[in-house]
Amino acid sequence: MPQFAIIAVSILFDGLAYAMFLFITSVGLSVTMGLMGFVNLAHGAFAMAGGYIVVSLTRDLGIGFAPSLAIAAVSVGAVSVVFERGLYRRLYKATDLEQVLLTIGLAFMAIATATYLYGPIPKSVPLPPWLQGDISLGFRAFPTYRAFLIVLGLVLISVLWYGFEKTNIGAKIRAAVDNRRMAESVGINVDLLFTLTFALGSGLAALGGGLAIQLFGLSPSFAVLYLVLFLIVVAVGGLGSLKGTLLAALVIGIIDTGGKYLYAEAGGFFIYAITVIVLLIKPAGFYGRE
Amino acid sequence: MTPPRDPAAMAARDRAAEYLVSRHRYRWAEALPWLACIAVFFLFPDRLTFGSQVLVMVLFALSLDLILGYAGIVTLGHAAFFGIGAYTVGLGAAKLGWTEPISGLFAAFVLASLGGFISGWFLLRYRGLTLLMLTLATAIMLQEAGNLGSEFTGGYDGLPGLVFDPLLGRFEYDLYGHTNYIYALVVLAVVFYFVRRIVYSPFGQALTGIRENVRRMHAIGSPVHWRLVTVYTIAAGIAGIAGALFTQTNAYVTLTVFEFENSAKVMVMLILGGTGRLYGAFLGAAVYMIMEDYFSKLSPTFWQFGIGLLLVLAVLFARRGVLGLFEQAGEYFAKKKGTKP
Repeated sequence: MPQFAIIAVSILFDGLAYAMFLFITSVGLSVTMGLMGFVNLAHGAFAMAGGYIVVSLTRDLGIGFAPSLAIAAVSVGAVSVVFERGLYRRLYKATDLEQVLLTIGLAFMAIATATYLYGPIPKSVPLPPWLQGDISLGFRAFPTYRAFLIVLGLVLISVLWYGFEKTNIGAKIRAAVDNRRMAESVGINVDLLFTLTFALGSGLAALGGGLAIQLFGLSPSFAVLYLVLFLIVVAVGGLGSLKGTLLAALVIGIIDTGGKYLYAEAGGFFIYAITVIVLLIKPAGFYGRE
Repeated sequence: MTPPRDPAAMAARDRAAEYLVSRHRYRWAEALPWLACIAVFFLFPDRLTFGSQVLVMVLFALSLDLILGYAGIVTLGHAAFFGIGAYTVGLGAAKLGWTEPISGLFAAFVLASLGGFISGWFLLRYRGLTLLMLTLATAIMLQEAGNLGSEFTGGYDGLPGLVFDPLLGRFEYDLYGHTNYIYALVVLAVVFYFVRRIVYSPFGQALTGIRENVRRMHAIGSPVHWRLVTVYTIAAGIAGIAGALFTQTNAYVTLTVFEFENSAKVMVMLILGGTGRLYGAFLGAAVYMIMEDYFSKLSPTFWQFGIGLLLVLAVLFARRGVLGLFEQAGEYFAKKKGTKP
């Protein structure tokens, strides 16, 4: 197999795994922003919290990796409801600036708490044997963990797609994203709907945070460092659009990976350039409403 | 329009006219921050290096106040222009041997305004999340570009040990930063004078109008986009001056000036001090820098938690910043006395 084809396949594979992480973590942010127009810069903090819960459960309590992920997702989702009901709710009608400030304040507090509890050194997580090693596809061996990430991502996409497009509650969410007032006047309880999607989104972010440990390591700066990427995925994809978020995650994931393979010195230059180009042409993102 | 005949309405109209006429006049209280800056020079002669850092941040926050506080443009990438200014004098001194400081400030102003004009012309059509992401991405792109050309810019190691000519060819830089402090204070005062003029001009009024109700401004035929681009260009230039001062007073510069943290920090300072009131930049930057200096020596973690908590509390309870709290207290006591403020 020629050299460039091997590189292309590697970029696609790693990029796909990366895109799945981006999608899982960002999709909740996209839907909650689409529903309420709420700029939530603390989303990365929820992902980070999920990651640290997984670290604690696997390292200190000896619970398996997969159950830890589930526990982290559920507990962060539950706790996020408290934040939504107690703090976020007060600011739905406030300006962008106030939302930005409140949530960035929360992110700072979360980073400080994580530094206090876990220290600034990046943490890793012990993987079960079935996720270690490589899978060989003849011409090249691929890390099992990334393959697992891709499969898990595809499963979650199918589940979310089904829930969003085929169930009653999904139809209500889409209605509320499209036109909140109209949805309320036909008797949809948008407040409750929002709390539910917020919890789901934060839970998924926590899951993404747990999955990210093996890829990038987990340090307290995760909450802000990757937040920018999540926001880019959401803005490029279009608020409240499942399709858009997926497409944006794929574009950003594959282009970033490709850039790192082929021209590492440029760092994140390519994704920011792509972001600017896309947003200049389509200010509301791929599938956002203008 | 027939004039109101009701005497109460006439009196109200006179009061409004009186307010409009006297609004821009200098008040005695305005001398306070400047007297405080001068007092610092004599009271803390060994802390003036830190003092000039505070003045640089005041200038930076002031430039943000123009666009955020007056025009209502929410940006997460204001550090881009600070960085352009910082690297203009940094690269000028290191590569071109342009070590004259004051002309360096002008060069920084021109280049940063150019950056502001170009990016503003493209970006200011957008609002909300799109604008936030575009400004953020622009700043980070500059940072990445600087890292890409690290042979030229020094990358994240920066340009250390820059040497600048004595000020006006006469005043050498001393170890304690006395010259730097006076230099920064004079630059701040000059820029502040211009910013104050802008804010109280008809142009400044138009900006406030855009912030309060952009549709109405469109409806009365105000060239909204041009007004925003103009103020964005000016603010970018001032941020460039602040960046240039930063490089000159520190004698080094690294790519961290472009960081998101730098943009966020200046915004936090301005918010804590109070937006849209000029002196909020003074109070916010000074309070923030002094607290940071004190608490981050104690424990950086504790400081980060504290600043987060401060932000949350400010949004929930003090949306107009510290100066806003003073104003509220003033109104409260005025009401108690039974006199109208």
